[in-house]
Amino acid sequence: MRLQPVDVEVRGLHRRFRDAVAVHDLSLLIQRGEFFTFLGPSGCGKTTTLRMIAGLLEPDAGEILFDGRDMTRVPPWHRNIGMVFQNYALWPHMTVFENVAFGLVERRAPRGEISGRVEEALRLVGLEGLGSRLPSQLSGGQQQRVALARAVVVEPALLLLDEPLSNLDAKLRVQMRNELVKLQRQLGITTIYVTHDQEEALMLSTRVAVMHRGHLMQIGSPQDVYERPADPFVADFLGGANFLPGAVRATSGEGIAVVLEGGEVLHASASRNAGFAAGERVTVCLRPEVLDLVPADGAADGGNVLHGTLRLRNYLGWVMTCEIELRGGALIRAQAANPRVQLRFAEGGPIAVRFSPEDVLLLPGSA
Amino acid sequence: MSIPAPLPLPAPPPVPLPARAALRWRVAVDPGHAALMAILLAILGVFVVLPIGVVLKVALTGAEGGMTLSHLVRFFHTPLYMESLVNSLVAGLWTVAIGTVLALPLAFVVARYDFPGRMLVVTLATLPLVIPPFVGAIALMQIFGRAGTVTLLFQDLFGLRLNIMEGLRGIILAQALHFFPFIFLTVTTALMNVDRSLEEMGQMMGARGWRLQRRVVFPLVLPSYAAGALLTFVKAVDDIGTPFILGFKNMLGPQAYLRITTVGRDDVDGYVICVVMVIISIVCVLASNWIVSRREYATLQTGARAPEGGRTLTGWRLTGVLGMCAAIIGTALIPHLGVVLLSFSKVWSLSYLPSAYTLGNYAEIFLRAPRFVVNTLVYSVGAALLSVVLAAAIAYLLQRGRVPGKGLLDWIAMMPIALPGVVVGVGFLRVFYGITLPWIDQPLAATWVIFVLAYMVRRLPYALRASHAALHQVHPSLEDAAGIAGAPRLRAFRRVVLPLILGGVIAGGVLVFVTAAVEFSATIILVSRIEQSPLAYGIYIYSQSALGRGSAAALGVVAIVIVALGTYLANRLSGRGRMAFTL
Repeated sequence: MRLQPVDVEVRGLHRRFRDAVAVHDLSLLIQRGEFFTFLGPSGCGKTTTLRMIAGLLEPDAGEILFDGRDMTRVPPWHRNIGMVFQNYALWPHMTVFENVAFGLVERRAPRGEISGRVEEALRLVGLEGLGSRLPSQLSGGQQQRVALARAVVVEPALLLLDEPLSNLDAKLRVQMRNELVKLQRQLGITTIYVTHDQEEALMLSTRVAVMHRGHLMQIGSPQDVYERPADPFVADFLGGANFLPGAVRATSGEGIAVVLEGGEVLHASASRNAGFAAGERVTVCLRPEVLDLVPADGAADGGNVLHGTLRLRNYLGWVMTCEIELRGGALIRAQAANPRVQLRFAEGGPIAVRFSPEDVLLLPGSA
Repeated sequence: MSIPAPLPLPAPPPVPLPARAALRWRVAVDPGHAALMAILLAILGVFVVLPIGVVLKVALTGAEGGMTLSHLVRFFHTPLYMESLVNSLVAGLWTVAIGTVLALPLAFVVARYDFPGRMLVVTLATLPLVIPPFVGAIALMQIFGRAGTVTLLFQDLFGLRLNIMEGLRGIILAQALHFFPFIFLTVTTALMNVDRSLEEMGQMMGARGWRLQRRVVFPLVLPSYAAGALLTFVKAVDDIGTPFILGFKNMLGPQAYLRITTVGRDDVDGYVICVVMVIISIVCVLASNWIVSRREYATLQTGARAPEGGRTLTGWRLTGVLGMCAAIIGTALIPHLGVVLLSFSKVWSLSYLPSAYTLGNYAEIFLRAPRFVVNTLVYSVGAALLSVVLAAAIAYLLQRGRVPGKGLLDWIAMMPIALPGVVVGVGFLRVFYGITLPWIDQPLAATWVIFVLAYMVRRLPYALRASHAALHQVHPSLEDAAGIAGAPRLRAFRRVVLPLILGGVIAGGVLVFVTAAVEFSATIILVSRIEQSPLAYGIYIYSQSALGRGSAAALGVVAIVIVALGTYLANRLSGRGRMAFTL
């Protein structure tokens, strides 16, 4: 395949439906060959954005540029894109071959060439020899592959994927995820992916844009958005987090001391939390998986310790999630690996959580 | 691994809009869609709104112009009209009552029990729908009439003089035997849809047998029954073929026809009667829709329903059920038998069965006077083609259109469902007699095209519903995918949407064809010359003379064959095993 990927720039993109703003003043640049993901809960505007880039929806304002060329008013059939829909949108009255060949026929590809290119695309997704089947005779995973073959066979400049894995069962989803990333690297095609699944986003993408209620909340590499979330929403949506309000008491070269509202003092690493000054109000963000459950009378060992009461314990086999009421009254969640050992803590009994200063993330302002 | 966080999150602060964006907000109107909408509204305006509007206007305009209700008031003070009104309502009510008595027991045993021949009962019980009531009426005359088979039998055996077909009774009998499948189908469907868990809950609460039926099942099925009964009532009042064939003219439809055809197109009373018929019809259709819209509670359908199939019947219960089914279905099929027999009879007078048989009746209708059959085919095919194209365009706009006015379009297109055929006929006559076609120098209403147009309007809702359902099966993303793949809008429609909806759309067209082929009400108003008349009018003409009865029956058999084949075809095409032939 001879793909000529484009970069995609979006400037001041805006769209509303009746009284609700779906996408608000969105601007970003997606590099050539990038695997870019819009991540967010349902209704965050990610699919609306994708449909506007595809040309299926007209923006109320703003511009969409491919390689600097204004595409905002160009209809989808002139944009040279490939797209995989959430429900695959395979045409049920056409065979697999006809589905894949459709775009080539529309592009007036030479008749002799079509068959070879369709076979190549089917081979690429591992479906060689199934061309004569109807979509209804295929499994969900196979339909997904046909949709993918149909999207790439026309050698699009841009590949759009709208939650393509959400209709597959868990095992297949993981498998398709791996194949998808391999295919994209192999083709080097600029790819825009939309999902609400953070795992998919982190695993597949070169960069992730987290959206919420039509607004772009943060944009960055998977590690950026997970390790350095810009605000509580991103922290919570990606991985989940506990938020405790507090204030910076003192800063030094190696650490920052924070007083919680209950009076407890925590230490945060200065290298992870740069730019905070004494007296500033902050939100302490703690990921559930960094909290170790320890007996209430245990030693601090130099780490941070918060005391409380174990309110709820959910044994899930490979992990145990707990709800702990801190002394100040705040509820936090902790996730303990090796639950066999952690079952020694009884519901209603005293407990403490321990975590290192490296695991403390400070966000400016109070939630 | 995500952990649901119970913490309330702050919403991002509202950001003021850039002024540029605010300026470019607009309602998303697609110019192509808007043009299509304008064309459709214009067509429907001329052929639906204008005729009914003119009927209303004439009925409500005083002698010196200006609005008046005086004509309507006079209607209620004219004894003949009041008698006609009462007769129409009484006939409708009795039709529903007798239809209910025939339909409910059948529906109940079919939905609740499993017995040999169950599917046969379902099929046979829907068969009466394929025989137009005015065709059945001819056969019923021959069997229950003054010199009919059964009448003679009772006279010879018991010395009793029966007079079943006299006056309203004959009309009620013919209509009840034709219409009861409507009630049967709605109630059977409703009974099958009642979630078994509701019944089981009732049983656990201690209700059993008759009490369970009365306290749990009946209330759940009642809305469906009421909706079906109301529609049957509307159709019965609308049917003027049966009164005509049986020669009973003191009903609303026949009176409207008589005023218009004998007194003249300008006679106000004819229009006033039409308005009264429209009011009755609209009230019933609205009531039926209202009931249907409120009936969600009847069927929970949340989880998987219990597998179909009821209790197996054995012993005397089985015998009883089979006997009852045979009795009801036997009665319902009498018209079919009678028509077929009559169509082959040469002489059938004052005897139980025909005393001489012949193929002459078929020779008459196919060889000597083939115009009835030919006209019917031409008009019905024309109406089907027109309504299918219109319906597909309307359905597409309603579901996918980005244009205002969709509600209005839907409303107008579905309006004919509440318009009696007589009213459509009268409206067409009034409007299109005034429009002269220049190249043939004739009023439009005097050409055969008027039948095609009138049938098209009458049956547009059937076609629209079929197109609607078909298009509903096509997810919008299929069209989007075609656009992405490089197909502009029209090509995407032709290559993706059209092939997918074609089956359903054609099924709708077949239904239009079938119902147009046996349309009587509008036909009799619009017929101006015998050469133009279709089969339904032919049956009426033939049936008016004793000698023509056989030929009328032969035409009736043709009608039955058309309807039966068409209904079968429509159901096959729409890909569903159940009768699509319900209003």
